[in-house]
Order: sequence, then C-alpha cells, then structure tokens
Amino acid sequence: MTDSVQAISALIIDKLLANPKVPRDIDGNSKIVEDLAFDSLAVMNFVMEIEDTLDVSVPLDKLADIRTIDDLAVCLHSLKQGDAA
Amino acid sequence: MNDIFAKHAALKAARESLAALSPRDPFALTIERPISATVGVIEGRETLLFGTNNYLGLSQSPRAIEAAAETVRAEGVGTTGSRIANGTYALHRELERRLARTFRRKHCMTFSTGYQANLGAISALAGKDDYLLLDADSHASIYDGSRLSQAQVIRFRHNDPDDLDRRLRRLSDTPGARLVVVEGIYSMTGNIAPMREFAEVKKRHGAWLLADEAHSFGVLGENGRGVAEAQDCEADVDFVVGTFSKSLGTVGGYLVSDHDGIDTVRLCSRPYMFTASLPPEVIAATLATLDELESRPELRTTLMDNAARLHAGLRTAGLVTGSHVSPVVAVTLQDVPQALAFWNALVEAGVYVNLSLPPATPDQNPLLRCSVMAAHTPDQIDRAVAAFKTIGAQLGVSKLAA
Repeated sequence: MTDSVQAISALIIDKLLANPKVPRDIDGNSKIVEDLAFDSLAVMNFVMEIEDTLDVSVPLDKLADIRTIDDLAVCLHSLKQGDAA
Repeated sequence: MNDIFAKHAALKAARESLAALSPRDPFALTIERPISATVGVIEGRETLLFGTNNYLGLSQSPRAIEAAAETVRAEGVGTTGSRIANGTYALHRELERRLARTFRRKHCMTFSTGYQANLGAISALAGKDDYLLLDADSHASIYDGSRLSQAQVIRFRHNDPDDLDRRLRRLSDTPGARLVVVEGIYSMTGNIAPMREFAEVKKRHGAWLLADEAHSFGVLGENGRGVAEAQDCEADVDFVVGTFSKSLGTVGGYLVSDHDGIDTVRLCSRPYMFTASLPPEVIAATLATLDELESRPELRTTLMDNAARLHAGLRTAGLVTGSHVSPVVAVTLQDVPQALAFWNALVEAGVYVNLSLPPATPDQNPLLRCSVMAAHTPDQIDRAVAAFKTIGAQLGVSKLAA
C-alpha cells in the first residue's frame, strides 16, 4: 500500500479529508499551510498521525522544506526506503 | 527596498483582530507595582495575582531582600563579564556548590536565565550527529535549544512513554547519541510527566534523559527536588535543568548532573559563555531563597493544599480544567473571543490570570492559566474562584465545553 510516493500521497489525502475543516478539493499539489490553513503546530500534529501509520519518524528540519502534500509524500517515502536499506 | 517587516503581516493582522475584541491589550498588561507576593496594583486597582510563577511567594522574601541589599552595597550591581572570562565571582561558585548539594549531584552550572539554561544545556549536549527526542508540548526554550544544537529533532506525543519507545526503536540502527527531553510540570497546563516510565524507556534504549524541572522544583518531591524525586527515579535522570525565576523568586537558571562531562560543557555551551553572568545581588538573593525553600517544607504543603483548593473550586464552578492537581491550573475555553471576554472580565473584577492563545497552547484551545502560591490565603483563592464562577455563568461557559 505504502511502497510508492503516489500511494503515500493518497494516504495523506485520505487522512486529511477525515478532518471536516479541510477543503474537499485538495490534491498532491495543495500547499499544506496556505491551502489547508494549517499553522506550524497543526502540521506537526498531523504528521504524527501519518508517522504512526507508516512507522517512521520525520525529523523537524525535514518538515521545514515541505510545502505540498506531494513534498510530504516524497519525504516519507525516502524515510521508509532508508528504513529498508 | 524590500519591507523587512512584510513577513509579520499575518501576525500584525491577528493582533489587530484580537485588539478589536478586547478593551485592553492582552500582551501589554502592566503590574504597576507589587504590594505583596499575592497582590499587585493593575490599572490603579489592588488585584489578586493568580498568574505568576512565584509558587512559594519568595520573590518578596524579607531575608532575600536583605541579602540582595547587603550584597549590592558590597559588590556592586553587575559583573559585566562572562562566566568563562571575567564574570565568575566567589558567589557564583558558592551557588553552584549549594545547588549541587541540594540536588545531590556532582556538578552544577548556573546560567543567566532559565531560557538560556535549556539553550545552553541542549545545544552543548546534542551535536549534529545526535538525535533529540522532545515531548511535543515542550517549552519554546527546548525547541530553540534544539535548533541551536543542529541535532536531528523528533517529537513524541505529550506525556506518552509508549510513543517515545516506538520512536527510539525506529532509531535503533542509526548512529548518534539520543537525548530525551521532558518537563516535570508543563507550564501551560499543569500536566505532570510520567518521569519514571520515561526513565524506564530511556534505559531500555541506552538513551540519555534531561528533565526540565523549572515548574516543579520547590513544588513536588519530599525535599522539593521535583517530579524525579516525587517518582523516585532521580538516579535515572542524567541532567536536570531548572530556573530561579519560579519557586526561588529571582532570575537565572541551572544544569545539574553527576556526569563529569559537564566540566567540558562549560567550554562549548554558547549561551553559557557568551553572555554576562548573573549580578551578585541576584546570586545572594537566590542563596537566601534556596535556604528558605529547604528550611520551610511547610511552604510546599501549603502550596499543594492551595493547589487542591483552586483546582476543586474551578471544577465545582463548572469549568473545564486538566486532571492533574498542581500549582498550575488551566481553564480551557472554546474560542478566542470567549477567552478574551473572560480574561478582561477577570481583570476588571480584580483577578489577574494569564491568557494563553493558540498556537502557544496544546490542542488549539485558548486557556486561562491560573497559578497558585503558598502565600495565597484560602480567602483569596475563594474570591478568585467566585469571580470565575460569576463570569463563567455570565458568559455561558460553565459546563458547556464538557
């Protein structure tokens, strides 16, 4: 399920849509802060949920470079690959 | 020329929208002068202070005032120097020996503020190849110290040893030291850390543990050494950081430890090295309040009785508070306009508490942070609770948020 960037991106969107405050029309290019109106704390708390599902931890400095949902998916994917290596 | 303030536009707008809802600026309230530990003059009115960190009331200790006055006459008002160059007086050494003895540790470093103690300890202990594991609700000084350290920073869920365990397990094949950072009592919510469980987890993974006992020193434990003493796990806490600006009533911070490596930390902790040391009168006052903290254990008993009285009173008034009984009691409100109305009404009724707004609060909820002192009388606590009850009913807050 979570072995490709695309699958991880879909998983993130699923989790985001579970929150009724998130706009319905989001996709991989949606910007997390601007389009979803998340503040920095909300982003960190949301990432924790994904971390549990994927069994990885995202260091905070990696989060700083993430703008879009796909950016986050790429980051999680590379951390997963790192685990497997 | 680019506008250097452009990046603050959103913050400025947020402040302006708050100002529209509040007859007074919540970020610029002035205590015109303190009359005692528990009463100050605000807007010309005598106001009950229920929003300080002066847990033992020692900021007004007559013995500390005398000690400071005597020392300032003898040694002057400041050192003008760094601890590692020209800013170490005999008094600084004496306070470090004294604190090490209090904590039964071999080493103590003092810093010019509690904020710098976290910055200085964390940034020197964790290097760029190490991992810092922080409780998600950590104080800004812990996050800032982490950035200064250049270590990899991983958050775990607040007060959740199982989540820490999972995150340490994920790192099991990665090189680098792991330093876990937790607080004893969380300053905004009054939540108390399950320190002993954290200590068990860190031992299992060969990690190091730093406890920030800023709000718990002088408050919890039979001898006031904080949460680690109260939960009987001091031997497993590698480093304790704390401050003089809460129960000790002055200003400054410290790091204590049994690890001999602390001696070298003095030579690589930038927030320790590149700032002026504490003025002698602050050290003298701190030595005096430390004596009182140790020789008057009844202060802690009174403090915890008062904490229980405030906590129970606010709950009985139908307000939503945390479950921990500690000297910090936070009332959770539903939204920012409600919190602003409540806080302003309290100030007008002569009760000062702290207004805490997201994102500085956990879970996106605004809080009215109340803190209690050993110096409060039962009558003062009952008056504060009565004000909360009346205003809560007027605003339709009571029982609503449950």
